[in-house]
Amino acid sequence: MLKKIIVQNLLIYFALLKNVQSAESGGMPQLNPEFWVSQIFWLTLTFGILYIVLSKLILPKIGGNLEARKSQILENIETAEKQRKDSEIKIKEFEKIILDSKIKAKNYFNDSRKKIFDDLNKKRETLESEINEEINIAEKEIINLKNNAPEKINKIAIETSNDLIKQLIGMEVNNSSISAIVEDLSKKNRGKYYGV
Amino acid sequence: MYQFNVNRIGPEIKLGEIDISFTNASLFMVISSVAILIIFNLGSKKNSLIPNKIQLLAELSYSFVSKMISDTAGSKAKPYFAFIFSLFMFVLFCNMFGMIPYSFTVTSHIIVTFVLAAFIFVGVTIIGFIKHGFGYLKLFVPSGVPMILLPLIVVIEIISYLSRPISLSVRLFANMMAGHTMMKVFGGFVVSLGIIGGWLPLSFSVALTGLEILVAFLQAYVFAILTCIYLNDALNLHH
Repeated sequence: MLKKIIVQNLLIYFALLKNVQSAESGGMPQLNPEFWVSQIFWLTLTFGILYIVLSKLILPKIGGNLEARKSQILENIETAEKQRKDSEIKIKEFEKIILDSKIKAKNYFNDSRKKIFDDLNKKRETLESEINEEINIAEKEIINLKNNAPEKINKIAIETSNDLIKQLIGMEVNNSSISAIVEDLSKKNRGKYYGV
Repeated sequence: MYQFNVNRIGPEIKLGEIDISFTNASLFMVISSVAILIIFNLGSKKNSLIPNKIQLLAELSYSFVSKMISDTAGSKAKPYFAFIFSLFMFVLFCNMFGMIPYSFTVTSHIIVTFVLAAFIFVGVTIIGFIKHGFGYLKLFVPSGVPMILLPLIVVIEIISYLSRPISLSVRLFANMMAGHTMMKVFGGFVVSLGIIGGWLPLSFSVALTGLEILVAFLQAYVFAILTCIYLNDALNLHH
């Protein structure tokens, strides 16, 4: 179609050219028609060659270059986007792993703490029961001792009194009378010595 | 006005009765085209992921023009991308080579810009008629206009449509010629005022050079974008 237009154009030019009469005027060389035809001829020639070479050879190449660059950039952007998504997924996985291991560690910690506490409690309980037993036995012994103490004291007191009297007076005194006195005294002073 | 003179380089070449001699204008057309081809060939040779400077230049120009076309004429204009790209680059390089002292500005000649504009005009009209048949004439009848005003509007629209190639070509030609003439005038002032008074026009000349480089780019851009707009009218009939 473009060729047809060019041919029609050229035909119209030559039709116009026949009507161009010499319109030479003084001042402006532009209006001197001497070289008009030459200028038209060379313009058509140079511009025609320029147009043909540009449109057939050079412009498609530049357009192709631009297109190729555009597609390559798009491709690169796509790959970058893909890699970004991949890395995001990886990061999420990584975070999940860390969270899981944190939970695990916490569980381990709790478990071992519980175990230790249980162990400790058990040991303490056994220890406490042992101690209680010991305390009980000791208390019983003390009570026994306490209960037996006045009798023994009385006995010792009677024997001591007996010996003392024997040494002082040089004669035997009836045991039963001494023990009666001692018992009487100990009864009187019971609260004083034992706090009972 | 010497800088706008067209001089024959080498022998006279005749094609029948027609004189198609190689001139300085032809030389700069060839230089511009060859420069474009060299730059863009180098820029498209190697396809590295991180472009080097010249590849970056070529690719930036490519996407700049491609964006310009898709913004103004939509996706339907894609088959005409190569043409508009060539047009933009050709006009830009011709303008820029014209900024080199003692060079020749191809686009400062009305015949060159008019041929380009007329080619665009005829091409766009043909595309419009091919795409829409006689429905393309609806371009001259804007919707939502009261019936009383319609005859007037249609006449105005037709005149504005027919004046497109003239406005397009004269805009580029006049801008380039006016800029170069102004530089010439200020350059003349520098010479005539001499070493004492010449500094002021010289500084103007320097500033104008910057402005002209801007204009050189801007006019190439305007030329290309107006082509896109005309193409848009032909491809997507809005009225």
